[in-house]
Amino acid sequence: MTAVHPALRARRRRAALRNLAFLSPWIIGFSVFFCYPLLSTVYFSFMHYDGFNAPVWSGGRNWSYVFTEYPLFWPALRNTLWLVVVMVTLRVVFGLGVGLLVTRIRTGAGFFRTAFYLPYLAPPVAATMAFVFLLNPATGPVNHVLGGIGIPGAGWFTDPHWSKPALTVLAVWGIGDLMVIFMAALLDVPREQYEAAELDGAGAVQRFRHITLPNIRPIVMFAVVTGVIQTMQYYTQPLVAGKVASGIIGNSGQQFEPGYPDRSTLTLPQLVYNLGFQRFDYGSACVVALVLFVLAMAFTALLMRRRNGFLSAED
Amino acid sequence: MSRLSKAAALAASAAALALLASACTGQSSPGATDDASKDVTITFWHGWSAPSELKAVNADVARFEKLHPNIHVKVQGNITDDKINQALRAGGPTAPDVVSSFTTDNVGQFCSSGAFADLSPFLAKDRIDPAATFPKPMLEYTQYQGKRCALPLLGDAYGLYYNTKEFAAAGISGPPKTLSEFDADAVKLTRSTAGGYSRLGYMPDFHGYESVPGHLAAQWGVRYFDAAGKSQVAKDPGFAAMFGWQQRLIASLGGFAKLEKYRSGFGDEFGAKNPLQTGQVAMGIDGEWRMGMARAAGMKDLAVAPFPVPDDQASTYGKGYITGTITGIAATSTKKNAAWELVKFMTTDTDAVVSFANAIHNVPSTLAALKSPKLDPDPAFRTFIGIAQNPGSTTTPPSVNGGAYQVTLQDFGYAYESGKAKDLRAGLAGVDQQVDKDIAQAQG
Repeated sequence: MTAVHPALRARRRRAALRNLAFLSPWIIGFSVFFCYPLLSTVYFSFMHYDGFNAPVWSGGRNWSYVFTEYPLFWPALRNTLWLVVVMVTLRVVFGLGVGLLVTRIRTGAGFFRTAFYLPYLAPPVAATMAFVFLLNPATGPVNHVLGGIGIPGAGWFTDPHWSKPALTVLAVWGIGDLMVIFMAALLDVPREQYEAAELDGAGAVQRFRHITLPNIRPIVMFAVVTGVIQTMQYYTQPLVAGKVASGIIGNSGQQFEPGYPDRSTLTLPQLVYNLGFQRFDYGSACVVALVLFVLAMAFTALLMRRRNGFLSAED
Repeated sequence: MSRLSKAAALAASAAALALLASACTGQSSPGATDDASKDVTITFWHGWSAPSELKAVNADVARFEKLHPNIHVKVQGNITDDKINQALRAGGPTAPDVVSSFTTDNVGQFCSSGAFADLSPFLAKDRIDPAATFPKPMLEYTQYQGKRCALPLLGDAYGLYYNTKEFAAAGISGPPKTLSEFDADAVKLTRSTAGGYSRLGYMPDFHGYESVPGHLAAQWGVRYFDAAGKSQVAKDPGFAAMFGWQQRLIASLGGFAKLEKYRSGFGDEFGAKNPLQTGQVAMGIDGEWRMGMARAAGMKDLAVAPFPVPDDQASTYGKGYITGTITGIAATSTKKNAAWELVKFMTTDTDAVVSFANAIHNVPSTLAALKSPKLDPDPAFRTFIGIAQNPGSTTTPPSVNGGAYQVTLQDFGYAYESGKAKDLRAGLAGVDQQVDKDIAQAQG
């Protein structure tokens, strides 16, 4: 073993310290805002804790309560998974579709881009309340129009079979963010590739499949992964829709049934709030939060494992 | 670093963080050592937000400050229970000293967790006997398992609102007193159209604003828990009778789907388009506040009566569901003696209670105030005073996990009224099991 010269060792130490100094904002942020909350969540998931009295070790009691006794957990999990699969898929498909459309439009492109982007800027609470009004089965204009052309309108936010599709319609309406991202990616696809394909006789579908899609795959991947994470955190819209549609928005002492109608709009983040900040059962809330975390990690890992087949080396 | 060392370092970090987390538990101390005769400022949080309500609260506080020149009250309105809970847990200098809440459902949580200070020593110190001061249901909903951590600050009584014009047009001479009369009137007042209704006699669905299981079951004089604190909705025959009655009424009015579609077109409960005020329904169960709102909206055809009772309990006509606003002292307050002076004034001073009740249009919450000649003589308001004083009137009891047991019962109600749950007995037994499990979990 050869001894390292003291001057070299000092230089290496200084370099290491400099690197650490540059990294320290990230290290501090990661420790304070990720590691500490995560470890705390794990710790409190094994505690009985109401926020007032000292936490008491309860072993796996919170875990068994959430999984076997709390009646809202499984419906919330099913709803969250449904939304992840359907809502994310439709948002990506429509985002890409609208992106393709607005990049092809030659007249009034600015107007259409603005028109499709604007809904994304609407505050979630206001947008949701507007949709509950528009889709009101008795007085909403959507069902009036549908009735006018002979189609019986759905119950939308008041029908457990239609409430999640109604939320999906709301989410698809606000695809302005994805449209902009896809539009930028689509405009970046080299024109010469399309010209070469056209010379080879490729049709529109073939051009999309063999040129457009391979070029924008990293963006599709980004949209799917961020979409999954956002949908796992889906809270405001289903809560507002449930409250407004159920009629329980006042504060007269009425107990709110989360997930109206029939638990169909219940999502896991709503359970975290219900357990943690309404029942003050922090332990069980931590269990649900950990389930969400594990699910988000699993989905992301699954998608990243597909990365090799999905992204090229240059990506 | 070896793999073992890394694991040990990780475990040590986790343990250190866990210890750090466990240290931050916001303990509260129950002592009251402040001198209420010295100059002091206390904070009072309440939930009222309408200008007329704020005026009434501020007037009440001004009367208090005149009587106690050394105690200054900083009033914060429009506070919800969520905000109260967070502030009480956080503590600190910005946390409130005196808190009031519109819902009685959280009293069990406030008392059992220690969020509110025990008021018994203060009551004893001033020789106030709660049983001789407050009506029985209000006494019940302001304590939990013998610990009195709150006092009633105005009450709410529920009764039957009915449209006199529609009654006259339908040839109905007066408000129904039994449920069979009520059902017949509801059908008589209903006008169906091809797809719905042009007017409905009564909206029986459990999302029909105040027509929730807890409010209706009071007419059967139900008890939610047995002496051991176990849920007993399957054992108390009143619950099954209430659900059976509601089911029959739904069927006679056109069925759940048709009613739900009609209900979805109702305006906000607390807005001008409340179905009672728009004439979409001819009868409804509601609290005493509705009359003031209806009159403010220019409606003159609304009258009130006690909600009808089951036919086999006709002699108990006049009773109803009672709840109300509660007030207490934050356990984290360092000015509990001064805070108690405000609580005592607002809840036990007859003139203060009466003038506040008149201004807010709520039912007074002391026995003396209920009999006060200064009380609003409006016949509609007097109807609710009668319900509040009726010995048969009941409330929903406090529970360690707040109103979770009512949500469970409501949840079953939604499943039963829609036909999703068909077996009433099994469903109520399931409610009992779930309520007991939830309470066991909350107790730890």
